Amino acid sequence: MRMAKRGILVLAAVLALLPFVYTILNAFMSAEEYYYYYGGMATGEEVYLAFHLLPDRWSLDALFTVLLSEPGYLMKFWNSIGITAAIAAGQITVSCLAGYGFSRFQFPGRRVLFVLVVILMMMPYQVTLVSNYIILDRLDLIGSYAAVILPGIFSSFGVFLMKQVMDEIPKEVLEAARLDGAGAIRRLVSIALPISRGGIASLLILNFVDNWNMVEQPMVFLKEKSKYPLSVFLADFTAGSGPEIFACGLLALLPVLLLFAYFRDELSGGIAVSGIK
Amino acid sequence: MSLKKRESLTGILFVLPFLAGFLLFYIIPFGISVGYSFTSGIGGGTFAGWTHYAEVLQSYAFQLAASNTFRFMGIGIPLIMVISLCLSLLLYGNARRTKLFQSIFLYPMVIPIGSVVMFVQVMLSEFGIFNRILYQLGWEEKDWFQSGLAFYVLLFLYIWKNCGYNMVLFLTGLQAIPAECEEAAKLDGAGKRQYFRYIQCPLLAPSALFVFVMSVINAFKCYREAYLLGGKYPHKSIYMLQHFMNNNFENLNYQRLSVAAILVFLLIFLLVILLFAGKYRSESDGGSRKKIRRGRGGKRTSKRFPHGT
Repeated sequence: MRMAKRGILVLAAVLALLPFVYTILNAFMSAEEYYYYYGGMATGEEVYLAFHLLPDRWSLDALFTVLLSEPGYLMKFWNSIGITAAIAAGQITVSCLAGYGFSRFQFPGRRVLFVLVVILMMMPYQVTLVSNYIILDRLDLIGSYAAVILPGIFSSFGVFLMKQVMDEIPKEVLEAARLDGAGAIRRLVSIALPISRGGIASLLILNFVDNWNMVEQPMVFLKEKSKYPLSVFLADFTAGSGPEIFACGLLALLPVLLLFAYFRDELSGGIAVSGIK
Repeated sequence: MSLKKRESLTGILFVLPFLAGFLLFYIIPFGISVGYSFTSGIGGGTFAGWTHYAEVLQSYAFQLAASNTFRFMGIGIPLIMVISLCLSLLLYGNARRTKLFQSIFLYPMVIPIGSVVMFVQVMLSEFGIFNRILYQLGWEEKDWFQSGLAFYVLLFLYIWKNCGYNMVLFLTGLQAIPAECEEAAKLDGAGKRQYFRYIQCPLLAPSALFVFVMSVINAFKCYREAYLLGGKYPHKSIYMLQHFMNNNFENLNYQRLSVAAILVFLLIFLLVILLFAGKYRSESDGGSRKKIRRGRGGKRTSKRFPHGT
């Protein structure tokens, strides 16, 4: 029984990690190897692919191309970073303020508004597609990065999460600060935010990952291909884009991985806090 | 100004930045698209009444998309909830194991979708690994993306990706049940199964509610995977409401898209009302239950934020 339990867990873990390990290892494959194993994908030939985890001969060629010799990839990477970081910074600021407001203050319409936030949070992105387009068109923002960034900042998940997180702060703590003469802003900055560290970290990661993977928005709102982020480019793998594709995959993996490694404990803590109520 | 008024004003000021953007980018434009759904012609020339609604509801594409979405959620959500609950039970009570596996199971969520799709292509494309194995075994090869199998591929990806997140939520719920409960149940002669059925299950209800909400959100997000694997017109078993809306958007058919969007909005509105109503009812009749949850709150807070406080 114990063995069976352990077996299930190990199997699930392997399943969870396989694509991740696969991308990393294949990034170190030389061009010849790529064409040998994945040639069918590039040329459309009718040959079976081989499962190829470890490169036969390790090579940095693909990574060299992606990182140094061809600037196109890195530009897409920086496009991605710019868009994602801007959304994350904006969303976290706005959500912390609003989450604090929803959680700690009574005002008319609070409940109705929050229900609206929850409903919008649950809806698929496509529901707001036309709405977004209409307003961005009126503001003359179509084609600019703002068209992708602004709606992202005001998406409702962050507010929902931060309200949940701040609901967990014991009332007495904030009350004590108030009696000591701390104003509403002071209480937020010096007490609520530090306590909510875990929640903020998990919002950062969830938001970053979500936007790092955005495919629909750039294709609709950014007209020029040069402005596309890495995710849209990676999404086109089907055509068999050449040996650089796995190196690009690794490039796309890096920022998320760094964030995840750095905030790993906070992430599970933050997810946990959000689910209490 | 009275204290109460000042309080509510402060609250509104905190919410204001979000509210401004939320209204501008979501609520007001949504109002405009409600307008679209009742009018015809570009710019909304003539009043069309319910004709667009009738048209959309009768169209084959919409019916297919709606029934696929319901099917996907109807199968996917219960399945992912059961699987993640089982995984969390496997980890529960073993701190070392929890620490190790918890973050491993979160990896699928943070891996860029591009890498995942790449991997799936290598595995399941026409000349991929799976078909190679089938071929070598002498069985018939399968078309994984352009047949009814596509639905199950998508379902698998959905569960694979989101299981870890749900598991963490369930695990927290389990860890929050006070140890005294288990001791008391044992003294009363309850076995493991009874303990699960009568103590853990009811106390997990709040976690389950949240897992459900997140699962709905993530099920809708599966459109990305479906799109990347099948394009705009995938096999008809994974043609979802999101495809319907996206395609109508690209064909500039805003009326049809608006109608579909409003129908989805109404459905989710109903769902949220039901969920909230259920939540408040269970909170008002379960005073003792609430107390238990409260009691855990303080303990957990101090444990959860080792760096914060």
